[in-house]
Amino acid sequence: MDSKEQDKDSLYLKLIPYFEKYGILLLLVIMIVVMHFLQPDVFLSWRNVTNVFKQISWQSMLALGVFMVIVTAGIDLSVGSIMMLSLMILAIVAKAGAPWYIVVITPLIAGFLCGLFNGLGITLLRMPHPFIMTLGTLYIFRGTGNLISGGTPISGFTDEVRYLGHGRIDLTWLGLEKSQYLPVSLVLIAIVYIIFWIFMNKTRTGKWIYAIGGNPNAARASGINVNKILVIVYSLCGFLSGIGALILAGRTDSGYPNAGLQSELDAIAACIIGGASFFGGRGTVLGVFAGVMIMGILRNGLNLMDVSSFWQQVLIGSIIVLAVYVDVLRRDFGTRK
Amino acid sequence: MSSANQLLLEAKNVTKYFGTITALENVNLKIHAGECLGVVGDNGAGKTTLMKVLSGLYKPSAGSLHFEGKEKVLESPRDSQNLGLEMVYQDLALAGNLPIGENIFLGREPTTNLGLLKFLDYKKIKELTEAHLGKLKINVKSADQKVEELSGGQRQAVAIARSTAFNAKVVIMDEPTAALAIKEVGKVLDLINSLKKTGVGVIVISHRMDDIFAVCDRVMALFQGTNFAESELSNTSRDEVIGWIMGKK
Repeated sequence: MDSKEQDKDSLYLKLIPYFEKYGILLLLVIMIVVMHFLQPDVFLSWRNVTNVFKQISWQSMLALGVFMVIVTAGIDLSVGSIMMLSLMILAIVAKAGAPWYIVVITPLIAGFLCGLFNGLGITLLRMPHPFIMTLGTLYIFRGTGNLISGGTPISGFTDEVRYLGHGRIDLTWLGLEKSQYLPVSLVLIAIVYIIFWIFMNKTRTGKWIYAIGGNPNAARASGINVNKILVIVYSLCGFLSGIGALILAGRTDSGYPNAGLQSELDAIAACIIGGASFFGGRGTVLGVFAGVMIMGILRNGLNLMDVSSFWQQVLIGSIIVLAVYVDVLRRDFGTRK
Repeated sequence: MSSANQLLLEAKNVTKYFGTITALENVNLKIHAGECLGVVGDNGAGKTTLMKVLSGLYKPSAGSLHFEGKEKVLESPRDSQNLGLEMVYQDLALAGNLPIGENIFLGREPTTNLGLLKFLDYKKIKELTEAHLGKLKINVKSADQKVEELSGGQRQAVAIARSTAFNAKVVIMDEPTAALAIKEVGKVLDLINSLKKTGVGVIVISHRMDDIFAVCDRVMALFQGTNFAESELSNTSRDEVIGWIMGKK
């Protein structure tokens, strides 16, 4: 091999880790540019951009929770049901006349406890795969939500309860118009994602979550209490679903039986599109955010262009397959066999 | 550091049952500082079970473990690590998705604590890793390389580096050369010899007579879960040791 060819080869090899890290953001930027050209007046307007963020607000919480679970090579199918149950509990507590700070905290506790239930079930009952435990709780939690609410919607919350999902941060002091506000949910997404980015990348527990996904036997042999970490991960996933419930309560002003139906699949899709590997140990918080955004923008853009929701399903499905194929190719290049 | 020939670890009459199966029966084992003991035996002779008892993964059904003369009960691998007893597993027990340094310090990472949260000290991990790899003369491109990008021999070297990163006194290796290319075997054996020089007691479990006769000072054979034979290496031959493995004296 002559030196020129070698240089080219090593440049290519050097680019791989960057592509691995930021490739998904590139796809996101391309999508935004394409959408902008297709809908130049509307797509990047203040109103539409804030709309996208409001639409992805609660899904982004579920996706983040499922992401941590997927990093451990697990799966959580129950996040949609956890959110629905937490929402119903919130609605009942609100209707019972509890003060707003109690109402706001109940879905978080409920979500956390549901996640804890998953985690303990998976580890203590030694389920062969988290798929089974969380498939069971997908039915259990939704059924419980319907039992306690009688299967009927419960509507009407106070402004304080709705603040995170519905609140607006006024920006007129910046010289912007009244319609150019910042949704509180956007700020919440940013804060939660930054916290969990720090958690996954900078803390020891976060590192152990990746280690368990990479090789659970190595983690065990290193003296890591794998079961304890798994319980923490599923509990946090439930907690994030509880935050999702609080946001949804604000957005819809209602607890309703179909809340979060099939949203576990959206959450999983966002993780996979964002580069998380189903085999565990691989994926980034930034990637999940990009995955959520890609799905949100795709839906929003197709709606703007009046494309039927059937086509949206076809496109999202295609992107999942394509994203995973790119991951397969990357593994071929990057890993020694 | 332990003085030469000090008795580090002794297993006395270790017995292990799995249900009705007797995996180990009254097995004794001794390892001294700076010594390499080869443990041989056919498949199912109890080599791996014995190693897992020594590492704290299994609790013996009967018998006791003594470390530097004191009896110890190991509840988990963490207990044995705290005593300075380290394992290098046959499947290496490395997380391929993590870099070399994070694998070496996995479970024992240097951290900065902020309340309940423990933040990793990446800078320290990198410094300690480079110093440790340098000490063992292990060559890799960078401590930040992911383990899955390494060759089999390099992975074995990382696993051995991992086992010795915390002043190990006894290192137990399960088939350390089984998965390696021939030219990599020599490097791993050199590494074992340099560990011995630093006063570490090394137990090598192996099928390969070449390995046993290259690095060990003493060899013991297990047969059907019992001590079958034991000898200084200088007083035996390959053919005799192979006979022990088959159950012939």
